[in-house]
Amino acid sequence: MSKPKDVVQGTLDLLILKILALEPMHGWAISQRLRQVSGDVLQVSDGSLYPALHKLEQEGWIKAEWKATENNRRAKFYELTRVGGKGLEKEAANWNRLSTAITHVVKLKEV
Amino acid sequence: MRPVRWFCTIPLRLRGLFRRAHVERELLEEFQFHLDRQIEEYIAKGFTAEEARYAAMQTFNGMEQRKEECRDTRRINLIEDLIRDVRYSIRGLLKNPGFTCAAVLTLGLGIGGNTAVFTMVNSVLLRQLPFKNAERLVWIWSTRTDRDKAFFSILNFIDTRQRTRTLEDIAAFANWGVNVTGEGDAERLAGVRISANAFQMLGVDAALGRMLLPSDGTPAAPQVVVLSNGLWRRRFGGDPHILGHSLLLNGIPYTIVGVLPAQFVLPNAEVEIASPLIFETDSQRPNRGSNFLRTFALLKPGVTAQQAQAEMSAITEGLRAEYPEENAKHTAPRILPLRDEVTGNYRALLWTLLGAVAIVLVIGCTNLANMLLVRSVARRKDFAIRTALGGTRVRLIREMLTASLLLSLTGGALGVLLARWGVQLLIAAGPADFPRVPEIALDWHVLAFTVCVSVAVGGIFGLTPALQTGGLDVNEELKGSGKNVQDSVRGTRTRSLLVVAEVALSLVLLISAGLLVRSFVKLQAVAPGVDTRNLLSMRMSLPAAKYSQPETMSTFVDRLVDRVRGIPGVRSVSLGSVLPLSGMNTRADFTIMGRPPATQAEVPAAQNRWIAPGYFRTMGVPLIRGREFTELDTGRSQPVVVIDDALARRYWPNENPIGQHLAVSDAGPERREVEIVGVAGNVKHFNLDEPPTATYYSPMTQVPEAALGFLINGLSLVVRTDTDPLPLADPVRRQIQALDKDVAASSVLTMDQLLATSVAPRRFNLLLIEIFAAAALVLAVMGMYSVIAYSVTERKREIGIRIALGASATAVLKQVLSEGIVLALFGEAAGIAAAFSVTRFMSDLLYGVTPTDPFTFASVALLLISTTLIACYIPARRATRVDPVQALRAE
Repeated sequence: MSKPKDVVQGTLDLLILKILALEPMHGWAISQRLRQVSGDVLQVSDGSLYPALHKLEQEGWIKAEWKATENNRRAKFYELTRVGGKGLEKEAANWNRLSTAITHVVKLKEV
Repeated sequence: MRPVRWFCTIPLRLRGLFRRAHVERELLEEFQFHLDRQIEEYIAKGFTAEEARYAAMQTFNGMEQRKEECRDTRRINLIEDLIRDVRYSIRGLLKNPGFTCAAVLTLGLGIGGNTAVFTMVNSVLLRQLPFKNAERLVWIWSTRTDRDKAFFSILNFIDTRQRTRTLEDIAAFANWGVNVTGEGDAERLAGVRISANAFQMLGVDAALGRMLLPSDGTPAAPQVVVLSNGLWRRRFGGDPHILGHSLLLNGIPYTIVGVLPAQFVLPNAEVEIASPLIFETDSQRPNRGSNFLRTFALLKPGVTAQQAQAEMSAITEGLRAEYPEENAKHTAPRILPLRDEVTGNYRALLWTLLGAVAIVLVIGCTNLANMLLVRSVARRKDFAIRTALGGTRVRLIREMLTASLLLSLTGGALGVLLARWGVQLLIAAGPADFPRVPEIALDWHVLAFTVCVSVAVGGIFGLTPALQTGGLDVNEELKGSGKNVQDSVRGTRTRSLLVVAEVALSLVLLISAGLLVRSFVKLQAVAPGVDTRNLLSMRMSLPAAKYSQPETMSTFVDRLVDRVRGIPGVRSVSLGSVLPLSGMNTRADFTIMGRPPATQAEVPAAQNRWIAPGYFRTMGVPLIRGREFTELDTGRSQPVVVIDDALARRYWPNENPIGQHLAVSDAGPERREVEIVGVAGNVKHFNLDEPPTATYYSPMTQVPEAALGFLINGLSLVVRTDTDPLPLADPVRRQIQALDKDVAASSVLTMDQLLATSVAPRRFNLLLIEIFAAAALVLAVMGMYSVIAYSVTERKREIGIRIALGASATAVLKQVLSEGIVLALFGEAAGIAAAFSVTRFMSDLLYGVTPTDPFTFASVALLLISTTLIACYIPARRATRVDPVQALRAE
């Protein structure tokens, strides 16, 4: 009963942080935005989104607040904390380094 | 990798802990919100409400599991988990009160037994003695070529004290029998004369007044005594104003200066009074060969026992060279921690008991593991459903562990309560000379031990079934009958292994018990050398002031014998200096006239006893040759002795020893020349298990003045009666009082009681091991029964088919029984192998049997296998009655 491999482990956290860096959002909106930005390449099921959100919240990267939506329903809005902001920079830098390295390796093989 | 700012999230976690319901509602609301929006979107795309709802649920890919994962993110909170698991476990346990009670009781008894025995081990063997610098206190046994426990003479002691550089201080004491007269009843007490530095060296503070001080040990100092706490309470009612009172001891006034604390246990609890040993004026001082001092010492800081040992050897060597005559037989003294000397024989006994009771607990746990295993099989479906709903395996295991820990800790708590009572029982059942009894108490060491044992026990028997749920196949379990063949085989194998272990362990315990029983039976068959039935003994001492001449003593003895003989029911009366089996030791060197030994070290020695006429007849000791002493053997006639068979056989193996002459040194430095007039049977002086000890008897009438002091200090009256001797104790005592009111009688014991006392430690040990072994046997049989019974239930269908196909009842019976026998045989094989390697550790406790006695091994193995067979027979019978139609329909 292992969970489906939605995205590369750890990448989901980065995506969520990046999306939340723009503006506070509730879970559904995040899922919509994820689908928009990554299209069909990254299959993120809504199922794995919430555990990731809750984990980030527990670890203090993001914080949550209940607010009214545009249609006046209560929803849990997540926003980046200061710690999360710094973490995002570091994670993004890490990702860049990693992906550059991997791209490099892959190209090497093709030569 | 992540820099978790845990302190930022504390409020969040606390919220998760204390507002659980709220947080849970929020979780549901969040998911519901998402679901609603998703449904709206699908409806906008043209789905029907039902389709939209289904599709939305699909996007979650298992909504309940996702919720569980979300919950898991805040479950880093151990406390919350714990509370939940505990609550859940309690509910589960309360639902099965039968199982819970059985488990808690088993554990309570098991842990209680272990706690009780460990309390004894901790208080008696592990805890330091209640003295300052306890870790530096050592006992020093002098040793001789012919004995490994000997004493020091005053001069040797003083020289050793002067020469030592490794000992900070050294103290000595001698036994001292005291008659208390004057105020109150005349009473005889066991006391010690102890070097006046001893109490300061031990660092003991008085409960009242002061201890003896070095200044009390000078000849000019006034005569003072300190009382034991027990004596103070018993004789003086705990009077706080007792200090300064005078006490008449052996006719001499002593001033009471202090009361010892209650825990003071040196050398044993029977000693009730102590006065300073004044070396300068002691009558034994001039005689370097008169060894009667027991010694203990305080090592200098940083000095090891080995260093002190080496120095003591050198000093002894020097003293032997300087005084070759008196010290010819002395060998290097033996130094051991004071605690080891105090606890003595009880070390082996207590450790054996702890081992035995631990085995019982392990067997009990094995049974519980088996029960839990069966229960966990029954709960497979439940586990499968929970796994399907997102429960992880770790969570399930943790939950089962919580339940078993809950059981074991409850059992542990019950155990502590039982142990408090068990310890009292152990002390009450224990032999009178059990060491350090006042110190035995539950302390935090014991509680820590109990908690550790409980947790270990709970962990072990909880983990076994928990790990069994490992290969749970959810689909299989939910789909079908829940009969996963592979798992079922594995479960059976684990249960079989457990039962094999149980049989093996209980066999070890049963064999140990069997060996002890055999030892005891053999020991009981040993003849003590005296006829113990209807024989009364009484110790008394005569005040030295009145009985300073052998003649006055002889007169007293004659008159006393006449008076006591007149009491109705008395058959014969006599007196002896030391009774058989009393454990007292008085020895003397001797040489055979005309056969001088080559060197001083080869001078033979024998136990010497002073007796009155009629002693052998009264004691029932057979006279093999020659004659007994009569009234004609007096101080003015030829000194005579009767030797025992052991002495006769040793030195006159093929000759008649009668008429031979010995030179015995039993009275100071001079030797007495005595003639052998008779040979008597051997008697046991210390224990039934001792080899025959060479002994000679001399008539009291011929006691030289130099030995008179020892003799009148401790005399035993022996009275042979027609019937039960105890009712005659009072009439006898009245006769003694009527003859001389300053003579006190003590230790009124029948010879049977004395015999029983000498085997009391063995009896105690045997009783406890028997109880533990019986418990082990019952538990193992129960375990065997439950495994076979379960296996029959599980295979009802198979058995049904076999019966339907024509298998006879005998065939079914045979099949089930053979299953049990195979298990029992495996267990026995393992148990015998284990017993072989374990029982040799108890060789000290055995008598007349080897630790691998084949008879014991075989008979115990047979007993166990037949008992397990009976246990298997019940379920096997049930198997033959399986109704094939019902069995096949049931599933």
